[in-house]
Amino acid sequence: MMIPDISTILEVVLIAVKVVVVTMILFGLPLPLTWLERKVAGHIQVRLGPWRVGPHGLLQPFADMIKLLMKEDIVPDRADKFLFTIAPLLAMVPAFAVFVAIPFGENIVIPVINKEVSLYISDMNVGILYILAISGLGVYGIILGGWASNSKYSLIGGLRSSAQMISYEISISFAVIGVVMLSNSLSLVDIVRSQGGSLLQWNFFYLPVGPVWCAIFIIGSLAEINRIPFDLPEDEGTLGAGFHTEYSGMKFALFMLAEYVAMVSVSVLTVILFFGGWNSPVPLPIPIPPIFWFVAKVAFFIYFFMWVRFTLPRYRYDQLMTIGWKILIPVSLVTILITGFMRI
Amino acid sequence: MEQLFFYIFALVAIVSAVLVVSVRNAVHSAFYLIICLLQVAAIFILLRSPFLAAVQVFIYVGAVMVLFLFAVMVLDIGREKTKDYIHSQWLPAVGVIIALLLVLGYLVKGGKLSAELGIYNEAVLAKNTEVIGKALFTQYIFPFEVVSLLLLVALVGAIVLVMKDKTRPRKNNGVGS
Repeated sequence: MMIPDISTILEVVLIAVKVVVVTMILFGLPLPLTWLERKVAGHIQVRLGPWRVGPHGLLQPFADMIKLLMKEDIVPDRADKFLFTIAPLLAMVPAFAVFVAIPFGENIVIPVINKEVSLYISDMNVGILYILAISGLGVYGIILGGWASNSKYSLIGGLRSSAQMISYEISISFAVIGVVMLSNSLSLVDIVRSQGGSLLQWNFFYLPVGPVWCAIFIIGSLAEINRIPFDLPEDEGTLGAGFHTEYSGMKFALFMLAEYVAMVSVSVLTVILFFGGWNSPVPLPIPIPPIFWFVAKVAFFIYFFMWVRFTLPRYRYDQLMTIGWKILIPVSLVTILITGFMRI
Repeated sequence: MEQLFFYIFALVAIVSAVLVVSVRNAVHSAFYLIICLLQVAAIFILLRSPFLAAVQVFIYVGAVMVLFLFAVMVLDIGREKTKDYIHSQWLPAVGVIIALLLVLGYLVKGGKLSAELGIYNEAVLAKNTEVIGKALFTQYIFPFEVVSLLLLVALVGAIVLVMKDKTRPRKNNGVGS
């Protein structure tokens, strides 16, 4: 066995540190996000939202966390024990694994040790394909969890989820192909670089196809991450709680964690693919760190998804299928043709 | 190091592939098939083809297997466990497996199935997608077109199979249908 030299070891340590930091941030994010979601819901519905626990209900997520940890972990009697236990993990791991390929900025130099550090774990040359592939795996948690619960509500929730995923993944892939055609690369770092300069370079402002791709991507993503108006797998009006009817305690918390992380990843992807990533919208005289723009844009889209959730009603199942197959896919096909002609 | 990883992936792939055909529950079979296909994707990465690996996960694991599970769950094969563990087809099956192993063994021993792996660095991998794209649309354009035609035929065939008699009243009174 060869003994690796010092720079290789440093490289490996650096990657490990980055993985740990990103994972910690992602584990921490749902805490403020659940609070924010309830506050947004409250104010949209003209009420206060969480208020009792801590100032402005700020400690509410911690109270929830304690509740979820203390709750009895119920496994239904006739459930498939193995798949029932593993399903929350199958939902959570892909949601986190997506962030391996997501860049947060250009390389920065750490002042003290004078070492250049990249703000991504891995810049794959097939980055966007990797993200599409891995994020599609999260649905297995829902399908297998729904099946393993041995409950009809869960089973129907899982079935709906699989049909919905298949239907909307096609149009999401088309939207991503559109972006790849605009930016000439599958690497997310290159996609962001191609949108540098000013606002007008962003893929969203590549008229007339940019806004169409963006709309298709956002609608498709809403369906993929099971948020209202497309949260048919957990339609409480008809299915109890859908695929997670039988889940309680920490297993339920893992499903929710996966959902929030998926929402963050969709916001991040929207920013990277259509809104210039960490590029500033206008050339400014004062240098503002790129990470500021990135976080600000992502925060806006997270808010946007919450806004949508508490504004729109849920679609019926046949409407969901109609939107996916009869509107989004034909529109994608036409738009890809137009994009192709524009890029010749 | 690379060999170690290959043996890990290969071992998991073989074990899960055997489990696919030996477990009695169809949903469990599908689950093990997912694991098996993921290992194949990992082996594609070792073979310096990140594009194929990503596509393998995207198409087979992400889409085909979701449809498999959907079908298994709709048909409710999952609950109905296969009763005959070993049935009358075992003799031809064993014969075919032995023949396959013999042919594969012969080819591997004769060096007909191996090629140089090439170097593993970013510059080479970065061109991977481009190389595959160019090869598909120039050298292999004919098979490519044949395959796309076949897929189209399959699509049309599937629609024809599920098309119902237009005169019957439709069950769903959905909007826009």
